[in-house]
Amino acid sequence: MNKMQRALRELTEMDDLAAQDSVMHRLHPTAKLLSTILYIAAVLSFGKYQLSGLAVFLLWPVLLFQLSGIPVHICFYKLRFVLPLVMAVGLFNPFFDTAPLLYLGPVPVSGGVVSMLTLMLKGLLCLMASFLLMATTGIDRLCASLRRLHVPGLLVTLLLLTYRYVGVMTEELAVMTEAYQLRAPGQKGIARAAWGSFLGQLLLRSMDRAQELYSSMLLRGYHEHFHYAPVPAFSGKDALYLLLCAAVFLLLRLVPLAQWLGGLVVR
Amino acid sequence: MHMADALLAPAVAAAMYAASGTAAGVSVYQLKKDDEPQKLPTMAVSAALVFAGQMINYTIPGTGSSGHMCGGMLLSALLGPQAGFLSMIVILSIQSLFFADGGLMALGANIWNMAFYGCFVGYYLIWRPIAGGSLFRNLAPKAAQRARIVLASVLGCVLTLQLGAFSVVLETSLSGVTDLPFGAFCALMQPIHLAIGLIEGLITSAVLLFVYASRPELLRDVDPAGQAEAKRSLKATLAILAVVVLVVGGGLSLLASSNPDGLEWALFGNAGAGYSENMGLDEESYGLSSAAADRAGAIQEKTAFLPDYSLAGSENPAGTSVSGLVGSALVAGVAVLICLAGGFFRKGKPHKP
Repeated sequence: MNKMQRALRELTEMDDLAAQDSVMHRLHPTAKLLSTILYIAAVLSFGKYQLSGLAVFLLWPVLLFQLSGIPVHICFYKLRFVLPLVMAVGLFNPFFDTAPLLYLGPVPVSGGVVSMLTLMLKGLLCLMASFLLMATTGIDRLCASLRRLHVPGLLVTLLLLTYRYVGVMTEELAVMTEAYQLRAPGQKGIARAAWGSFLGQLLLRSMDRAQELYSSMLLRGYHEHFHYAPVPAFSGKDALYLLLCAAVFLLLRLVPLAQWLGGLVVR
Repeated sequence: MHMADALLAPAVAAAMYAASGTAAGVSVYQLKKDDEPQKLPTMAVSAALVFAGQMINYTIPGTGSSGHMCGGMLLSALLGPQAGFLSMIVILSIQSLFFADGGLMALGANIWNMAFYGCFVGYYLIWRPIAGGSLFRNLAPKAAQRARIVLASVLGCVLTLQLGAFSVVLETSLSGVTDLPFGAFCALMQPIHLAIGLIEGLITSAVLLFVYASRPELLRDVDPAGQAEAKRSLKATLAILAVVVLVVGGGLSLLASSNPDGLEWALFGNAGAGYSENMGLDEESYGLSSAAADRAGAIQEKTAFLPDYSLAGSENPAGTSVSGLVGSALVAGVAVLICLAGGFFRKGKPHKP
């Protein structure tokens, strides 16, 4: 399976997850979008040594994973994109910040190790939050919600159209790459002689395809107004969820819950 | 270069959202003013193509590795900067939403680092002056145009990637999540992205050359026939390049770190700034402080009218910036002198056809 087929599988997987039904799926997309943004903002607002405050925030995605019934391993597979740059930045911290920050019994733990762990935990928490948003919402409802939040129609329509065509183009390129590889066994990637023509051929055909697409849109009555997915009205339940989220995040941000809990056990 | 959420503080993320949002707003406004509804599907299909095309591995001859193409330059050469910018936003959003490649809060920063530089800086400062200019006039018209496309793509990719990588360093350092010194982080990021930029530029130019050979009318600012007089003269192009040098020289030197550079730091340490001794080498025993070095330093003291990149007696960042600008001007002056000298020595010799 090549890179493009894997990407296609990931896309359909996300669509399938979003098509399921659960308490989380039934919430209004705007409520989910705003609560996710609040969550990420709260997580990012922690200082680089505040590992214990951050740890409590792990509870929220865990709860949502349970409520929505979405398997966690699909989310972890996406860590391969998140980790490299975070690692590149975080792994240096233990070497630069060597002053001991706390002692675990007799073992000193340096500030650098704590800040590295904090950075990685932040990466993980933010990934889980945005993954949960997409896995329970889907692109159609998210776009409808963005439009209601007054994001320009041009941008939202472009996002929807592009998303549809990402599938088509990726499939086409997956077939082309496979055909190329079958004719050039043992070769890694596209040879220099075909650098231009490989994508160029598809690019030219795509430009013609775009014109046909526009004609077909016009034939179906498109007139600078795009119909987005139907989204039910923002109910009291959704408002309650959003308020609850905001209150809990604020509380967890201000109250050192982990330290209190630890204080119950350790003197 | 996709940044994860964890690398940004909320204030930095919000500031970058505001900057990218403003650029997006202006782009939407201009596209609406142009009123070309048929452009929407073209933008969507091109964006989807670039999204998928970035997954193609191109073999780099002579090495075992592979490269990718540069989306921003390709899209702005095909669609123009505003439409290209919006298409890049959409690509980055899909990468972030569905593949977790770049975070949701970091989207504003990622749009700025990759789409803004790639589309606006790459188009207005590189693609339009060079691809639409009249460089290489001594070549045949078609060959000259091909050379201009290659030059614009490579230069554009290198410049925009350097700016993008520098912004990543700046945003991460401002967010205070790393203990890596600014200078060392720069030394880590910039050279890698120089190599990536060169390769991406060559791949992008290969695609654009193919489009030029088969459907030249699809490319922005490129004369399809390769015959007509170019819109912009060599003088104008040079003037624009001079502005780029001034902006980059002035802007970057303002931020130039006063820390020792990465290699120097790694070898000799900087215990004064709180870092450990590292390899613990002694400066004196490694020739940095010898009689010859002292004499060279004394000579430099006399010749340098801008000691240590700062106007004498001034310690503020503005002094650093002034010297950056002056340095750029000096380089430009030397370049002009070389050109004049070349012209002087060629004079009198019969011109070869």
